[in-house]
Amino acid sequence: MSKLESSLKNMVITLLVITVVAGGALGYIYQLTKEPIEMAAIEKQQEAIQVVVPEFDNNPAEELFQLTSESGAKLNAFPAKMGGELVGVAVESVSNKGFAGEVKIMVGFKPDGTVIDYQILDHQETPGLGTKMDDWFKPKVVEEGKSRSKFFDFLYGIKESSGSDGNNIVGKNPGENNLTVTNDGGEVDAITAATITSRAFLDAVNIAYKAFINDFENEEEQSIENKEEGGTQ
Amino acid sequence: MSQWKNFAKGFIKENPIFVLLLGMCPTLGVTSSAENGLGMGLATTFVLIMSNLVVSLIKNLIPDKVRIPAFIVVIATFVTVVEMVMQAYMPALFESLGLFIPLIVVNCIVLGRAEAFASKNNLWSSIVDGAGMGLGFAFALTLLGSIRELLGSGMIFNQTIYPEEYGMLVFVLAPGAFIALGYLIATINKLRKA
Repeated sequence: MSKLESSLKNMVITLLVITVVAGGALGYIYQLTKEPIEMAAIEKQQEAIQVVVPEFDNNPAEELFQLTSESGAKLNAFPAKMGGELVGVAVESVSNKGFAGEVKIMVGFKPDGTVIDYQILDHQETPGLGTKMDDWFKPKVVEEGKSRSKFFDFLYGIKESSGSDGNNIVGKNPGENNLTVTNDGGEVDAITAATITSRAFLDAVNIAYKAFINDFENEEEQSIENKEEGGTQ
Repeated sequence: MSQWKNFAKGFIKENPIFVLLLGMCPTLGVTSSAENGLGMGLATTFVLIMSNLVVSLIKNLIPDKVRIPAFIVVIATFVTVVEMVMQAYMPALFESLGLFIPLIVVNCIVLGRAEAFASKNNLWSSIVDGAGMGLGFAFALTLLGSIRELLGSGMIFNQTIYPEEYGMLVFVLAPGAFIALGYLIATINKLRKA
C-alpha cells in the first residue's frame, strides 16, 4: 500500500479521524478511571484523619463542618468523637507562603488546642529539602540497629542527640507555644536548608489553630448563653 | 537486523540517555530517587511501545505533510491514558512524578522513535524497538536515580544503606543530577569503547 497523497482533503480527513478516535478513547478511559480517582482522594483524606486524631467511632467525613480563618478562607474540619464525646478535630489548612506554591496540610487538635499530629496533603516543595517536613516536626524516632560510626559523626560534626526536641510540634499548643521558626523568634527549629518551607508549614498550622480556637470559643459561648436562657425560663 | 539486536540496542549501544542524550529534562528532573526513576521509565516505556505500535499501523494512512501533528496526537492520547490510570491506581507515584507525566508528550525519544523508526518499519519491529528503547530509558533513569539516592540520602528504593546525615545533599538537588549524569556518561563511553 502506498502512502496517501498530501492533498488538502486527505490531510483534513486524516487529522479529523485521528483526533476523533483519540478523543473517543480518552473519554472512555476517563469514565473508567473517574471513580477510582475519586476513591483514591477520599481514601487519602480518611488516612490523614486517622493519623492526626486519636481513635474515634464516628464518621468524621460525614460530620464535616467549616471553619473560617482570619483571612476569611473556609477550612474543612472533621470532628472525631469517641462514644459521643469530642476527642479531637482534624483541620485541613493551607499556606501560600511555600517555596513553590501552596503547602496543604491536615493537622489534628485536641479540644484544648494541643497539636496531636499532622499530615502533609499536597505541596510542590523541593524534593530532599522541603519534603522533609513529612516527619521533621514530629518527635524523633530513636533508630536502633543503624550503623553509626563515631568517626563519621565527628567528621560531619554531628553531635550525639542531646534529647532536645526543638523541631517537634506534636503535643504543643500554638496558643501557649510560639510555633514559628527560631529565625523569626519562635521556638521551632526549621528544617535544615528549608526555612521557607518550615515557615509555610507553621503558618498553615497557626492558621488552622486560630480558626479552630475561634470557632470553639464561639461555640462554648453560645452553649453557655443557651444554658442561661434555659435557666431563666 | 535480528529482533534481539533491535531490542538490545536501547540498553547500551543506542541508549537514549547515555548515548543519544535525548529527553534530558525528565532525566534530570525526576531521578532524585530510584523509585521515581523507575516509575518514570516504565511510564515512558508504555507510551513508547503503544505509540510505536499505532504509528506503525497507520503509517501508510497519514499524508506526509501532517505526519508530525498526527504522531503528537497519538502520543498525547497515550500519555493522558497513563496519567489517568496512574492517578487512579498509583496516587503516591503520581504525586511524586506530577508535572513530568504530561511532559512525556514532548519527550524527544517518543517522537524521535515514531519518526525515525516506527514510520519506516513493520509492526513487530516497531514494538520491539519501543520496548528496547523504553526499557533502556527506564534502566538509565533507575541507575541514575539509585546513585543519586544513595549518595544524597543513604537509601536505595527507600531501603536505608547508611544514616541519612552522612549523605551529600547536593546529589538530591539539580546540580547533583548533572554531576552524577556526567560521570555515568563518561563511564558508559569508556565501557562502549573498551
